Amino acid sequence: MVDRVAANVCGYALLAWMWIRVSMSYRTSFALLTLGQFLITGLDFVAILVMFSNVDALGGFSLTEIAFLYGGSALCLGLADLLLGNIERLGQRIRLGTVDQMMVRPLSLYVQVCADEFALRRLGRIAQGGLVFGWSIYALDLDWTAARVAMVPYLLVFGTVIFLAIFTIGAAVQFWTAESSELANAFTYGGSTLAQFPLTIYPTEAIKALTFVVPIAFVNWYPSLFILDKPDPLHLPTATQFAAPVAAALLSFVAAAVWRTGVRRYRSTGS
Amino acid sequence: MRSTVSLWFAVAHRSFRRYSTYRAATFAGIFTNSVFGLIISFTYIAVWKQNPTAGGYDVADAVTYAWLGQAMIMTVAVWSGGATDDLAARIKTGDVAIDLYRPVSLLGWYLASDLGRAGYHLLTRGLAPMIFGALVFDLHYPANALVWVHFAVSVVLAVTVSFGVRMLVSASAFWLLDDTGVKHLAAVFAMFFSGLAVPLVLFPGWTSDVAQALPWASYLQVPADIWLGKDQGADVLAAVGFQVLWTVVLLLACHLVLARANRKVVVQGG
Repeated sequence: MVDRVAANVCGYALLAWMWIRVSMSYRTSFALLTLGQFLITGLDFVAILVMFSNVDALGGFSLTEIAFLYGGSALCLGLADLLLGNIERLGQRIRLGTVDQMMVRPLSLYVQVCADEFALRRLGRIAQGGLVFGWSIYALDLDWTAARVAMVPYLLVFGTVIFLAIFTIGAAVQFWTAESSELANAFTYGGSTLAQFPLTIYPTEAIKALTFVVPIAFVNWYPSLFILDKPDPLHLPTATQFAAPVAAALLSFVAAAVWRTGVRRYRSTGS
Repeated sequence: MRSTVSLWFAVAHRSFRRYSTYRAATFAGIFTNSVFGLIISFTYIAVWKQNPTAGGYDVADAVTYAWLGQAMIMTVAVWSGGATDDLAARIKTGDVAIDLYRPVSLLGWYLASDLGRAGYHLLTRGLAPMIFGALVFDLHYPANALVWVHFAVSVVLAVTVSFGVRMLVSASAFWLLDDTGVKHLAAVFAMFFSGLAVPLVLFPGWTSDVAQALPWASYLQVPADIWLGKDQGADVLAAVGFQVLWTVVLLLACHLVLARANRKVVVQGG
């Protein structure tokens, strides 16, 4: 068991390193694309600034508080995207028949599709999210107790795991549909856009759905309620604010099950 | 002349049909547009709750704008894509040589093809999320038939302006061979300055005037203001005139760039 995990981690690192070296052979292109990622997501935040040139608060949250939500959501999505973003190309690989090649290699299929064309340029998005997150932590007028400080890495780790699971489910569905990678976007990019704003702006039913059905609210909303000391619009027990690991574990379990079913169902293509 | 027009129709028709083959992708896209439409609507509702007259819109205007935005994303190909992407790929492989010796204008051929694509995307990725939005929210609709006509004209012009911009981006491949970097950057500008991220009327002070003078304003802000009845009488003519102006300027620029590229192309192999 330990050996297998070690072998997979090793394989992932080797593949990722290979793709980093590939991207480094076109340095200018790499620099431009990284900058592009930084700017794209940067304008995202400028849009929020534009909104705040017209209002002082959204859903009872100030600009710095929303910057904290935005930064947390952007960082978690960015990290998940860096680790396995190209998994969404699974459908394309199925259509081209190149999944078969991966299946005969002595390394887990999942590890291979995750590391496929590993794109270090995604650091651009992570850097932008990190910048906003860092600024908000600096600008927030909070009493940084040990519990609050500890909650920040907690938020980032389990938020990333939740997005990893969502990416995986979105890709695994392509074993059935093969051409609907855009469907997953609604949950990954849609989910992160949604989590950039306080959930108080959405109807209560939506918050419930985001808690109990697609647990995006555990990415940054519940941990942030604790850190920012805000009331919970659903009035759930305080324990909910620490329940991100439960949500992450449940969702990962579902993701693993869907992925395995998908792989087992896969029947190759072509003549 | 008549044969050229019928050729353009034939090209547009086939382009329309080509895109209509990918049904599952279309449904997936409609779903994604609807989800984003919902998220953006609630964001705008929160903004207009705090400031009920922000940018001269009321909350129903703002929500309508959100859904119009979702309807226009694919129609004007904000993220690029469409016929101009084909051109960039054909420049890279050298297939563009075939396009260049066809006895018809390359620009006309690709514009017709892109209009066919836009027609398909408007009727599917445009209409379906809009209907969904109309079922969930109270939206504003054009006041009379004349406004519908103005809006229709404005949407066609939105596509031609966007085609002009995307064509220039793709033509950069004649010199750079790979247009990925430029395309990326162009998409960032289009996304932000079309008013898709946040309406241009919300931009503070003079930045709003600047943004509304750039070609990207034609993509969404201009058609949306016509739909919402923000432009009346002579203002409608001015708004459409603005789009016509950018269409002419950009297509002229495309024409000049393609003429230069024509002299530059070296066909290899044999």
